[in-house]
Formats: sequence, structure tokens, C-alpha cells
Amino acid sequence: MADRVLRLSDFSVRFATAAGSVPAATEVSLSVAAGECLGVVGESGAGKSQLFLGALGLLAANGRAAGRAQLQGRDLLGLPARELDAVRGRRVGMVFQDPMTSLTPHLRIGTQIAQVRMRHLGEPAAEARRRALELLRRVHVNDPEQRLLQYPHELSGGMRQRAMIAIALAGNPQLLIADEPTTALDVTVQAQILALLQELKRETGLALILISHDLGAVAGLADTVAVMRQGRLIECAPATELFASPRQAYTRALLEEARALAAPVPAQASGEAPVALEARALSVSYPVPAGGWGRRAALAALSEASLTLHAGESLGVVGESGSGKSTLARALLKLVPHTAGRVVWMGRDLDALSRARLRAQRRDLQIIFQDPLGSLDPRMRVAELVGEGLRVHEPSLSAAARRAAAQAMLARVGLEAGLMERYPHELSGGQGQRVGIARAMVLAPKLLVCDEPVSSLDVHSQAQVVELIAALKRETGLALLFVSHNLGIVQRLCERVLVLYLGRMMELAPAGALFAAPRHPYTRELLAAIPLPDPRLQPGRLSAVRAGEAPSPRDPPSGCVYRTRCPFAQAACAAARPAWEAASGQGAVACRRWREI
Amino acid sequence: MPEGSPDRPRAWQRLWRRAGARTALLVLGILVALAVLGPWFSPWQPQALDWSQLAQPPQLGHGHWLGTDRLGRDLYVRTLYGLRLSLALSLIASGVSLLIGIAWGSIAGFAGGRIDGWMMRVVDVLYALPYLFIVIILTSLVARGSLWVLLVGLGGVGWLTTARIVRAQTLALRGREFIVAARATGLAGGQIITRHIVPNLMGTVLAYAALTIPQMILFESFLSFLGLGVQEPHASLGNLVYGGAQEMESAPWMLLGPAAVLVALLLCLNRLGDGLRDALDPREY
Amino acid sequence: MLRYLTGRILGLLPTLLVIVTLSFLILRLAPGGPFDQEQGLSPQVRANLDRAYGLDQSLPVQYAHYLRGLLHGDFGPSLRQRDFTVRELIAQGLPVSLTLGLAALLLALAVGIPAGIAAALWQGRAPDHLLSGFAACALALPSFVVGPLLALVFALHLHWLPVAGWQHGMPRYLVLPAITLGLPMAAYLARLMRASLIETLRSAYVRSARARGLGAASVLWHHALPPALLPVVSYLGPAIAFVVTGSLVVESVFGLPGTGRYLVQGAIDRDYPLVLGMVVVYGTLTLVLNCLADLLYGALDPAVHHA
Repeated sequence: MADRVLRLSDFSVRFATAAGSVPAATEVSLSVAAGECLGVVGESGAGKSQLFLGALGLLAANGRAAGRAQLQGRDLLGLPARELDAVRGRRVGMVFQDPMTSLTPHLRIGTQIAQVRMRHLGEPAAEARRRALELLRRVHVNDPEQRLLQYPHELSGGMRQRAMIAIALAGNPQLLIADEPTTALDVTVQAQILALLQELKRETGLALILISHDLGAVAGLADTVAVMRQGRLIECAPATELFASPRQAYTRALLEEARALAAPVPAQASGEAPVALEARALSVSYPVPAGGWGRRAALAALSEASLTLHAGESLGVVGESGSGKSTLARALLKLVPHTAGRVVWMGRDLDALSRARLRAQRRDLQIIFQDPLGSLDPRMRVAELVGEGLRVHEPSLSAAARRAAAQAMLARVGLEAGLMERYPHELSGGQGQRVGIARAMVLAPKLLVCDEPVSSLDVHSQAQVVELIAALKRETGLALLFVSHNLGIVQRLCERVLVLYLGRMMELAPAGALFAAPRHPYTRELLAAIPLPDPRLQPGRLSAVRAGEAPSPRDPPSGCVYRTRCPFAQAACAAARPAWEAASGQGAVACRRWREI
Repeated sequence: MPEGSPDRPRAWQRLWRRAGARTALLVLGILVALAVLGPWFSPWQPQALDWSQLAQPPQLGHGHWLGTDRLGRDLYVRTLYGLRLSLALSLIASGVSLLIGIAWGSIAGFAGGRIDGWMMRVVDVLYALPYLFIVIILTSLVARGSLWVLLVGLGGVGWLTTARIVRAQTLALRGREFIVAARATGLAGGQIITRHIVPNLMGTVLAYAALTIPQMILFESFLSFLGLGVQEPHASLGNLVYGGAQEMESAPWMLLGPAAVLVALLLCLNRLGDGLRDALDPREY
Repeated sequence: MLRYLTGRILGLLPTLLVIVTLSFLILRLAPGGPFDQEQGLSPQVRANLDRAYGLDQSLPVQYAHYLRGLLHGDFGPSLRQRDFTVRELIAQGLPVSLTLGLAALLLALAVGIPAGIAAALWQGRAPDHLLSGFAACALALPSFVVGPLLALVFALHLHWLPVAGWQHGMPRYLVLPAITLGLPMAAYLARLMRASLIETLRSAYVRSARARGLGAASVLWHHALPPALLPVVSYLGPAIAFVVTGSLVVESVFGLPGTGRYLVQGAIDRDYPLVLGMVVVYGTLTLVLNCLADLLYGALDPAVHHA
């Protein structure tokens, strides 16, 4: 294919900062043709987004682009603002990472689409509105007539991203640039958005640039893959070739980690140990404003969750956003109040404890959080952060002894003593998460709850942190409750896995059995949505993705909460909630048809 | 603020890097030095009447450098004494309002729920009350121009906004994971407020405080206009400027000296507050 | 919508009651009385005066009496300006004060918002610095300096406008006072507008709108400006407090027969009904304006209804 829609030659982007001029991308040459998809992969900060923002004149005020960026033969750099505006939206559509912040909050979806058509295609308002409806249908938005009149905050994440794509397509562009379009989304919604992009590419002959940090995400779409690192293009090859035989060590490492996360080794089950933690019919609901003035309704974040965790055992909890997995983690530690049920720790009812006794008990029950930097007080040094728990639980300890204990623990999690005096913002994400682990482990807890501990880290640090947690568990014999939306990591780390959906338990099974033979239809959907870093298999898997999103937890469906998305749903599923049935091999499942399907 | 809090050196550095804030700091330093040391250089006393030199324009040499007022008092010395008093008053009043505001706002924000609702309703009600009227009652009741009443009046006005700002900040902080982490560690509520919440909102509060001080100074001048501020023969910037404004046409120097000091002071404080706010903004580099 | 509105307005009444009660208590618990400063009043006459105005009764009785009057729109008699009821006094002064306040507010909006937008668009360049400097000076000068200064220049020297005074239906008398009162508000609004517009211009959705090639004017007008106006709307509540205190000075400097003097003189004189009447008027205005600001906020930010 000779007609390159976009061709970057020796393209560089620099930012002027107080510390001098900082390069974001250096002498990159890339191109994409009509009907083709170029995948651009790299860790955050690799300069992959800035490249295309630079080409379209969308850099922040202190950014400068140099080199050549030819769109259908015409150089975009140095184009006057008016002519550049005739390119943006008309020739090139862009989709950004976070659809919530990238859609104008006070304008209706229909208005935002129609604006583009009126501006670029000169359509009258009524015609533009009609076309906006067609576009929403084109991107498979449900109830498009209603969506036209809605504001961005009234839509779910997936619908918002579809609306963003509709806006990007509104000017009939020749090129669509999707900048991390699925990073903020759940795995099943991610699969749906990728499937939509695949369909658009196939049916419209659009040139597509897909920017992502995830090799699995581009595997299903990209014809060519470019790998970027520290602002430079280090490898660019046809997808099948690149995935089959990467030339650069960095690409190989990325690929190996992506594969390790997607297809890990099953963990071995441990022997029977005494029950450490038990939750009985635990429910959590939050008051939410309901319509009128001051009226409130209860939003059930978690309903009747029951589980047992043995000493030294690790239990994974998986589900999408809104499934109640983080709520479960926090309710078990009494960090959010539960509205019904019991939490029993080592035979002791935590609800019966006084506040002071509960605070003392917290020593055994520790937690690490999703956002390593957000969970560390920005105004404390690492030494203070790690030592704070000792200060509370062992007040007799001298400052020096506390410091020594903190230092020993930091060494244990693989951090140098030199970091003791750092503040959180001076740490990388991986280092921050290690500090979080050290803060929890310095108290020698018996239970460690991990709430999405690696999902905000890049692939490289993810693997290392998972390895560290596994090692700590082996050595200290603590019980682990590992919450994650990433099934691969859970499989690698956990002996049993609990699947939650809309605050309810769907399936509980030994990890090996769950992944090999999922019983619940929802578990199957989750597994099918994991992107495989394999361009031979992934396109086919994407084509098989079905539409459908989780309903709002404010208004859960009657009977089985999954039935609105379930391909096997029957009338009976709406009538009554399915029982929590024990299945063979230590598992249990909440589906009335699990035997037949 | 805990010892050596992290943003402090960096925030000060960032502040110093801004030309506007740097100038403001330098001018402020000069003004404070003048307020403290300036009167020593002049032979005149602030309340001494010089009957031979009534309403004299400024003259150099051994005379009155900024002129005299209708009673023959030296305006240079009076302006600097006024500056001293205005600075002290506004600093203490801001301090009082900050203390109340931080305590009120952080407790309301951290407690949440019904306690928060009631505490903030109190603030709302006080907001709708014409605070001017309270200050007037207070000042006119006890003794006109009593410094204590002025302090209570000024401080009592300022804390409402501080409490609102602090509460909003606390609410935002409360949802942050490091506060949940502190609870998971086993800290009690009071410890969390003092060790984690207050240090983290000090930056915002300091920037706001720098903007409160000029408001206090202006408010005192406003009270002087009503005859309720600092009373003669004591001098404050407020009553000097007000006195000068009445003689604007016949004896402009009586206005110019004090007004110049007032404007310079307020400009610098406002600039400093803006600079602090920008320097503490995490998105700035 | 209508139900929401009535709900909000009914919700204001308890707040207003608390305000009146508090003011009543503060006033009455303060030492001194309305007739202290009248010389040569025999105890007999004083007692008669007290009885005539009901001041000899117990506080709860007086309070109940006052509230009952309030329900019928009766603010009671002025204790010092004996020939007038408080209602008459306020009815005389309020139109003048409201006209002045409204004119100043409109002036501030008309000047401050465009100035702030210009400063944000030319951020860091000459117009920005010029406006910032001007705004800073306007905020630093007390209005009892600005007012006479303006009068000196435009009235005494140039003879364009009257020095002071008030004549009904003559807007010329309003120009200088409105400028004096509106100037610091305009400066504050300009700073507010500048800061918030710079913020929204940096936002992801403005970048996204630019990526759609909508053109600079449309991006500014449709996408960046409405959310940037939110802080300005929030300022409308505090603005009324500023107008009330500010009009006190301005009315006195320019000799306008507004209500400003009632509050101060009333409080000094212990003219209880007059001060309470002012508190009721002022409190209602503040609450209603805050309520309006909230409604406007909701119109600009659709997410507010659901939050």
C-alpha cells in the first residue's frame, strides 16, 4: 500500500521546563496507510502520545515539535491555526484515554457530535442531529435517542468511550488516533471497545493508530507494531513478525511479561489449616442521594458475601468496577462499616470489640492499596511512614529501634536504606508500592489484604511486586486476600478465587479449576475478555466479543443480577436469586443452569 | 507542621523562583524592618505635638520627612507606628481566625455525617448575619477602639471562610487512601487529624492566610472610617489614610505617605499569597 | 423544578429565624439602652418611654411580640427617629441602596469578566500584566480614598459629574458612587475569571475540543467558558456582603440617602427595631442571592443535580 495517510519523519517533541529543555520524543519516523492499523506500544512516559499531539499542534503551551508530519503528503507543522483546524476533526479524529475528562461536561452528547458535523461538513443543525443519531448507532450505543440528550456524567464508562469515538468519526476522517482508549475501562468493556475499533477498521477502510501500554490490547488490531522507549522508536515491524520474533531485548521483556500475566502457572493448593478469617453474609450499603431534596436511598455495594480464609491461604477476589471487591476487602478489615453480617477473626467477632481493642487488633490485619503514592502521606518521609505502625502498636520502642526495624523491613522488600529520607513523590510507582508493603509487613501481620496492589504500576514493576508478595507469603505464612481485576495475576498468586459481580458472589473455586473449567457464565466472559498477546489468535477472540455492560448498582436486576448480560438467561433467572450451590472440587457457584451449560 | 515537611523547601524554592513573589518578599521585608527600626532614625515622637509646624508639607534635612498633620505630629513616625500596629493587628487576627477555622473545618470534615451538617449550618447562619453589625456592637459596647475587641471582631469575621476551605480540603483528604491506610494501621481519629490531615492542608491554608492579612488591614481601615477602628492618638494605617483622605485637596501629603505604605503592603501581601498558591499547586513545576 | 425551588425557599425560613433570634439576643444582652445618650431625662420620663415601647416587659415577651409583628410585615417603630417606623425608614433608603448596589454589581460583571478573559487569553504577556497590576491596585485602595479622588478629578476639576448628592431619576448622581463601589469587585472578578479560565483551558476536554478542529472561538465560547464561570457565580453570594459594607462608605462619601447609615448609627444608638429590621432585610437578601447562585450553578454544571 503506497498511500500513506500519515507519515512522521525525524519527528521530535521537546518541552521547555524550569530545568531546561526536556525531550519527550526524539527523531521518530513512522507511517500508517489507509485500512491499516499501527499499534504504538511503550510504558507511560515513552513519548508515544506526545508524538501525535505534537503532529496535530495539541501540545501543552511549553511543548515544541520539530521534523516533518505529513498528512496525505501535506506537512502539518507550521500550518496556520485556521488550516490546522480544518485538518483536526475533519481528516484526523482523536480518541483520548479518559472519556470522563475528555468530554465537555456541560454539553449534551448529541450537541458535541453535531458541532463537528456543522463545523466541518457545513450541515444545518437538524441534519447534523440526525447524523449524530446515526453515528451513535454506528458505534453501538444502546438507546441512542436518549443518549443524544444526555450529559457525559450520565453515561457509563464504556458508553462514554463509544460517544468519544462517535465524535471522532463525525467529520468522516481518514485517520483515527486512539490514545490509550481502554486504559480506564474494565476488562470486558475494553474487549468491547477494541472489538468496535476492529469492526470500524474492517468496514470503513479507516487508517487507525492505536496507542497503548499493553501489547495484548494491540495484538488483536495492529498490522504493524512500533515499540517506543524513552522517546525513541526502538523497533517497528509487522505484528505477526514482532510477536513471533522480537529483535530488541526490551520488546522481548515486554512480551514475556504480558504472556506471563496472561497465561501463568497454576499455584499449588496448600494443606488444610485452621480458619483464620470468616465472613458471614456480609453486606455493605451506602446512602446515596435519590432524586429529591435530601432524600436518600441505599446503594448495595456488597450483598451477603460469605467466605472463609484459612491461615496461610491465599484467596483471590476478582470482578469489574462496581463488583464490590474493594468494598469486601475494606469491610473485612472494618474500614467501611457493614450493614449486615459478621466478621470473625481467629474465632473473635470483630464487631464485638471496643474501638480501642479493634485498633490494637489491626496489627494482625494489614492492607496495601491500589495507588502506591496516594496511600502514602505526601508529607512524611519513608522512615516515618514505615515506622508509624510501630509507634502505635509498640509505643515502648525507642526511636532508634523503630528506625532500625523500618530499615530492616525496607531491605526485606528490596529498597535501599538511602530511600529512608525520601518523600513519596520522590519515589517511583514500584518503589512506592514496596514502601506500602513494608509499612504493612513491619507489624508482622497474620493477614494481608491487597486491594488492586499492582494495577497502577507498569508491566515491569507489576511482575516484581507480585513476586515480592508471593515470596513474603511463602516465608511468613500469612494469609492473603488478593483483590484484582487482573485474572492472570490472581491465578499466579492465589489458591482459590472468588468472582464477584454487582456486589454478589458468582463463583468460588480453586484457581486451577476456575481457569480450566469456569462454571459461571460471567467467569467465562471475564476469561474471554483477557487480551492475549498473540496476533494470530487475538483478532478472532475480539470478533467473538459480545456487547453488554453491567447495570447500575443503584438499580440491580431482579433474580440473578447477571441475567441481563447472560447468553443463557431464562425467564426463571429473573424470578428468583440463584442458590449458592456447592460444586464438585471445593467450588461453589450461583447459577441455576451451571450444570447444563 | 511536622519538622521539615517535604514541600516546604521545594515550595519555597519555587516561590523564590517567581520574580513577582521575590520582589514582594523583599519589599515586605523592607516594610517590616521599617516598622520595627524606622522610627529610631527620626527625632520625633509619634504623639508629640509640634505647634510651630502645623500641617507642614514634607521637607528634607532636619525637618518632618513626610510632613506633619493638623496637630503638628510627624507623619513619618506616625506612618511607621501605624504600619506596626496594622501589621500586628492583622497578623494576630489572621492567626486567631486560622486557628478557629482549622479546628472547626477539620473536625467537621473528618467527622462527616450529622456532626458535619450541624457544624457547617452554624457557619452558614453566621455568614448570613451581617458581621459588620456584630463588630459594631462589640466595638461600640465595650470601649471604642479597644484593641482586644478589634482583634476578636476581625478574627471572628475571618474564620468562617477558613473553616469552609479547610472542610472542603479535609473532605477531599478523607477520601484519600493514605487516610484509610492510617486507620488500617490503627491510629485513632485525633491522631489522624493532627498527624495526617492538618499537615496536608497547611499549604492551602497558608496561601489563604497570606490573602486574609490584607483583608484584615482593609477591614480595620474601614472601621476607622466608621470611627470604630484604632482611636486617636494611636495611629494605624487605617485611621491615617482616612485622616489623609479628608485633607486630600488641601494637604495631599497627609494622604500620600500613609496611602503609599498601605498600597505597597497590600500589593506585596496579595502577590505573595498568589505566589504561594501557585508554588503549592502540584501541577506547577 | 418548581418543587425544588419552593423547597429551597422554605428551607431558608428556619435559617432566617435563627439569624433574627441571634441578632435579637446579641443586641439585647449588650449593655446600654436607646435613651442613654439623651441628657436630662428624669427616671420618670425614662420609665414612661420604656413602657411606651414595651421595653419594660420581659425579653421573651418582647421577642414574641417582635416576631408577631414581623409576620405581618411590621418592623416596629424606630426608637430614635421617633416620627418614623422602621418600615418607612427602610422603604426610603432601600431603593437608593439597591440601585447603587445593582449598578455597581452590573458594572463589575461587565468590566471584570471580559478583563479576566482577556488576561487569561494573553496569559503572561503585556495585557495580562497590565490588568493584574491595575486589579491589584484597585483591591488595595480603600473606597474612602478612591471615592473622593474620583470626585476631585471628575467633579471638581473636570465638572463632568456632580460631586455628591442624590436626585431621583438622575442617573448622573449614581455614576461616581457606582464606579467607586464596583471597582474593587470588578478587580476581584477579573482575577477570579482569569484563574478559572486558565484552569479550564488546560483541561483534557478543551484539548479534546481543539482536536475536533472546532476553531478557537467556538472552543472558548462553547467548551471553556461555561465551566470557567462557576467560581464567578459562587462569588455572587459573598458579593452582596461586600456591596452592603461597601455601600456604607460610598453612601457616606457621596452623601446618598441609602440604608447604610442605619446599621451603624442604629447599633450605636441601640435603636433595636431599626437594627433588627436591617438584619432581616440583609439576611434575606444574602440567603436569596446565595440560593440564586446555587440555581445558576446547577444550570452551568449539569452534574450538580445528581451529586
